[in-house]
Parts: sequence; C-alpha cells; structure tokens
Amino acid sequence: MKKEYTLTIFTENKIGLLHRITVIFTRRKLNIESLNTSESEIRGIYRFTIVVTVTESMVQTLVKQIEKQIGILKAFYHTLEEIVYQEIALYKVPTHAFADGNEVEKLIRNHNARILRIEPEYIIVEKTGHKEETQQLFRDLEQFGILQFARSGRIALTKQIKEITAYLKELEMQQDET
Amino acid sequence: MQTKTDARKAGKQETIERISGAEALMRALIIEGVDTIFGYIGGAIMPVYDALMNYEDKVRHVMVRHEQGAMHAAQAYARIKRRPGVVFTTSGPGATNTVTGLADAMLDSTPLVVITGQVGAAMLGTDAFQETDVVSVSMPLTKWNYQITCADEIPEVLAKAFFYANSGRPGPVVIDITKNAQFDEVDFDYKKISRVSSYVAKPRPDIADIDKAADLINAAKSPLVLVGQGVAISGAQEEFKTFVEKAGLPVASTLLGLSAFPSNHALFTGMLGMHGNYAPNINTNKCDVLIAIGMRFDDRVTGNLETYAKQAKIIHIEIDPSEVDKNVKTDVAIVSDAKQALELLTPKVKNNSHEDWLKSFAKLHEVEYEKVIRKDIHPTKGMMHMGEVINRVSEKTKGEALIVTDVGQHQMASARYYQFNKKDSLITSGGLGTMGFGIPAGMGAAIAKPDRPIFVFVGDGGFQMTVQELGTLAQYHLPVKIILLNNNYLGMVRQWQELFFDGRYASTELVNPDFLKIAEGFGVPGKQISDREALDSTLDELLNVEGPFLLEVKVQKMGNIFPMIPAGATVSDMRLE
Repeated sequence: MKKEYTLTIFTENKIGLLHRITVIFTRRKLNIESLNTSESEIRGIYRFTIVVTVTESMVQTLVKQIEKQIGILKAFYHTLEEIVYQEIALYKVPTHAFADGNEVEKLIRNHNARILRIEPEYIIVEKTGHKEETQQLFRDLEQFGILQFARSGRIALTKQIKEITAYLKELEMQQDET
Repeated sequence: MQTKTDARKAGKQETIERISGAEALMRALIIEGVDTIFGYIGGAIMPVYDALMNYEDKVRHVMVRHEQGAMHAAQAYARIKRRPGVVFTTSGPGATNTVTGLADAMLDSTPLVVITGQVGAAMLGTDAFQETDVVSVSMPLTKWNYQITCADEIPEVLAKAFFYANSGRPGPVVIDITKNAQFDEVDFDYKKISRVSSYVAKPRPDIADIDKAADLINAAKSPLVLVGQGVAISGAQEEFKTFVEKAGLPVASTLLGLSAFPSNHALFTGMLGMHGNYAPNINTNKCDVLIAIGMRFDDRVTGNLETYAKQAKIIHIEIDPSEVDKNVKTDVAIVSDAKQALELLTPKVKNNSHEDWLKSFAKLHEVEYEKVIRKDIHPTKGMMHMGEVINRVSEKTKGEALIVTDVGQHQMASARYYQFNKKDSLITSGGLGTMGFGIPAGMGAAIAKPDRPIFVFVGDGGFQMTVQELGTLAQYHLPVKIILLNNNYLGMVRQWQELFFDGRYASTELVNPDFLKIAEGFGVPGKQISDREALDSTLDELLNVEGPFLLEVKVQKMGNIFPMIPAGATVSDMRLE
C-alpha cells in the first residue's frame, strides 16, 4: 500500500549530490512531492528532506540506494507520526481586499497568519503549518483574489532521541582499514 | 593541503614540486600503479597526452579506434587484474562514447577510472565546441564522478577516484578535467587514500549473523550455494572451495560467477538462470537453504520472484547493503566482503555431505544431457552447432583458456559448454548485455594476460559493432583468437521471435560482409570453415597461431539455446525444448 513518507538524508556538501539523489527517484518514475535542503546542526553536513508517496518496500529500496551514494552519510525514512514537520506559505493579496469590511482581517487572525509587508497595491501574508492548513487559507483568500502564492517544501525533525552525531560515530566504527 | 612553505619548514621540499596539472595526473596514475591506459586523443585532452609522452617507459598507452573499445578493453583488463582500468578520452563525443562502457561496468561492478578532457573552466556552460555536461550524463552510470576545474584538485581527487573505484563494491569513476586545469600548475603532493570517513569500504560482518547462517547450514538437508562474481572480486576462490567442500554443498553459478569455482569439481552443478543448467534451476525450488554469495539475484537468474525459492531459508552474503532484500527477501543477511564472511563462516560449519541431494542434481543433469547437451555438442548431421565448436575448444584447451564473449546465443553456449577449470577465465557482459563487447574486451584481456591463450567467441551481429578494433589488435599484435560463430542472424532475438512472436523474423536476418576480407584489410589473418570435418584440425592450427586471428565458423542458422526459462516464468518451469 502506498503511503506518504518523509525522507531525511544527511550529506556532505558536494556539488552534484542533489542530482545523484533525484535520479534515484526519476529512474523509477517517482514524483518527489517536496524537497528541501539546508545545513544541519553540524557545520558542513546538509540535511535533505524529501516527501514521497510510495510503498514501504519501495521507500526501503530508495533509502538504501541513496545511502549507497558517495557523499551521503545517512538516510532515513519516517511516517508522519515519527516527525514534527512544517511548511511555510506566502500569499500576495490586493490591498483593497482589506479595505472592505473586516473579513480578511478575521481570516488572518483565525489562521494565525501574519502580515509581512503592506504596500498600496498589495499585502503579503505568511502562514506556517501543515499543507492542509496553508491550503485552507489559500481557499479562504481565493475569493478576494490571490495575486501570487508560493509554498515551501516540508522541513521536518524527528521525534527519536538518537541524533545524527551518534550515527556518524557508528559509521566510523563500521569500517575496517582496507 | 601542504604548501611549499610548510614543506620547507618540515625540511622536505624535495617531495613537493610545482608541475602542470597534466603532469600531476600522470604522476598520480604511476603512484597508483597504473601501467596501461586505453584511450583516444582529442582537443580537450591534449595536454595530458603531451605529459604522457614523458612516461612512455612506465605506462603503455593503447590507442584504440573508438572510445567504446577503450572502455570494454579497460573493463576486461580491470576484471583480470582486479585493479582499476584506466581510460583517457577527449571532451564531447569522446566522453559520450564511453557511456555504454560505463553502464556496463556499473552493472558488472568493474573498477574503472575514466579521465575525460573538458573545455576550459571559463567556457563551461557556453555550448563551447565539443562541450558536453559529462558529469550529468555519467551521473547514474558511475559509482562516483567529479569535475576538476583547477589543477590544485588533481592529487586529492585522483586518490579518491582510485580508492572509490576499487574498494567496497567496485565500479566506474569518471573524472572530467577542464583544459585549464591540465595546463595550470599545482604543488604536487600525493597521498594514496585508504579510508574516507563517510564511506564504508569494507563493512564488518555481524558475528550474530554468521552464527545464524552457520546454524541454518548445519541443519540443512538440501542446501544449495549460489556463487557470484563477488567471490572472484574479493579473491575468495580458495575460501569458497574450502567452505563448500567442508559442508558438502552443491554449487551453482551466476554467469559472472563462472570460473570462481572449477566447472569440473564434483560439487559444481552448473549455471543458474534463463539459459543455465536444468539441475540447479529445478533444485532452486527444492532446496531447503539457499546460500547466495556475492551475487544480486538478477532477474535473468531468478525468473519470477513470486515463485522463486519460496520453500527455502535464504542466506545472502553481499557487500552492497542496497542489494540485500532488493529482489529476494533474506532470512539471514551478512553484509560483508565474501572473503571475510567465508573466513568467519567456514570454521562454524560442520563437516557434512549431502549425497542423496547431490544425486538429484546428477539425475536432472542426465535429463538435460539426453534432451539438450548431447545434440548440442555431438551433432552428427547438418551444419555445425555453436555448442560443438565451444565444446571442442574447451577440450583442446583443457578448460584452461581465458574466454571472452560478446552477447547473444554464442555467449550462452560459451557459458554452458566451456569448462572453466581455472579461475578468472570468463570475461563477458552480464548485466548490460552489450553487443560489441567481445573484440575490445579480448584486447584488454590480451594485454592483462599475454601468457594465457585467449579466445573471443562472437556472433556475426556483435562482431560488426566494434569491428574497427581489429585495427588495434593488428597494430599491437595482440594474441587474440577470435572465433566468429556465424549463423547469419541476430540469433538470440531470432530465437525469441520463433518462440514468442510466431516466427515473424523482424530485422534479425543479417546481410553480412566478407568477414575474412575485412580482417585482412585490418591486417588480421583469418580462415573460414563450414565443414564439421575441418573443425578439429583448424582448432589445432588456431592454438598455435601467434598474434590475432579470425576463425569464422559457419553454424546452423536456426539453432536455439535450450534449456530456457521464458522471461517472467518460474525457475522450476525451465523448458528443455
């Protein structure tokens, strides 16, 4: 059965690794639903967060294939229960939408969104949350006209206690001198 | 990286010299023990070739006729020497011509270091003359690749290239070097690499898994061992033999595992898979413990996975963790180099024999012999069969020659009917099935092992795909005996058309040239035979030929390779006719 999985991948910062990772998905014709990369808690080590909907045996294969690539330190897959995750969305709406009544203001309050910038022509609203939440605000704002919309990829941290540093130590221990 | 000043402080400035990137590359290769390079010069690699001239006493450069030929030659060289084969090509078309060889080496775990020239760093991305994005093109076909844009990177990147290519599960590495990096100067300070912290070259097997495997093997009534190329790559042929002899385990081989265990050994039961032997395929679905060592359960071995060895406990010894549970779910997985695992496992298995179980293989083999083999190797009428030619070569060379094949029917016949009694004796394209592999691979084999008799079996289709390398064979007078088994068809595809496409022979009949004239034009002597009576004496002549030779044997046009497991069928449903 297919399910949504969040992959967390730790890499060295090497040009080309993103390509090496994505070809593992594309050669199987799998769609990457979201991808985010940034430096992790360890300087020089990067964290990739990838969301994909596949079977569990496929996600196991993917993780092993990814971890096998040179420059990849460790790869994991998680279900939604195992992670705390977040996305951010930005909405550009015409300023006049705010002028008529207080409906937009109410929406922004109820969604816990905030206003980043006010210009005579437009206002930029920011909302963080899960995809359903940012999507709900999108739907609610639609009637006022959305000039632009963008949503980030998912970022996620795991609930498990074992941190990547512990895995990296294990990796060091695993190998014999050749 | 150590600078000149640091070195001077340390009082060893003599070890660090300032030289061009091209010169640094050559020195790096020499430090890595490279003695042979297969390549083809072109604009973007000229500085490297210029530096190569300074080292002609240490490194032999084999000038091929096409970059694909350099790749297959280097692959054969690497598989015989068990160290990276080295290829030089220029940018653009030179580099893209390596793609088939990279894919082949990737699937067959062959260590290569391929150096491609590239346009100057300032011109990258401008669609310059002969510019291709080689790093992107080769990304899914390499174990590692890297573009060097600055001469300073050369020593460290080359050291990594050699380490990655030949450690762990070996594979091809591409190093793309921009022209400016070849010209620019670098402080040459080279350190070989034997460890990279983020990369596990030699995973340490878990002793608990070894114990579990030993328990399963000791309790087994009808065990079967599958030997793959991993046993040869890790140099564990002796350890493997000790292991199976001690526990009395019947052995079946993958295509690339052939010659890791002697074909004439009492425990050898034949080849696995689509065109393998009857007994090991049938008994795969009868054994109670299946022990797979250094192999990856390729679909040509397993047939339908849903019905593959479901009754058996599976032990998988494999160095690449991503192969474990990929196709066949294991009961015990030992992630390890085959040699290391066998050294730990053998002391824990009991002295044993499985006589009745072994007899069941012999019985099945008799069935195969009567229905297939006898007709293949001792036909009495009609045109010659591929099997009979290969069988005669096997007998005349006592199973001790080095066999190189192309891809197709003759390849399967070679795997089936040559008796591989000596280790490292078969070079063939397994995973990728590359037609055109044979002649250039024979060239690489002859350079790696000039003292062994080398036979290339090739069909009339594959022969014409890399025929230009006859020129290289002639130029270097390489002792390669090519036996062209000519059936005037792309035989394997024709066989499938006969069996699965109602005999509609779309584009499989070949309009062939005069092969002897072609060989003669390249300076390779040859002979053609079509009579069975001439086979024996001609092979005797061939054995005594020095240098390259082409023997064209006209064989039956409609010959089929049996037994056969049709694609997607179950191993135990192998067809004998």
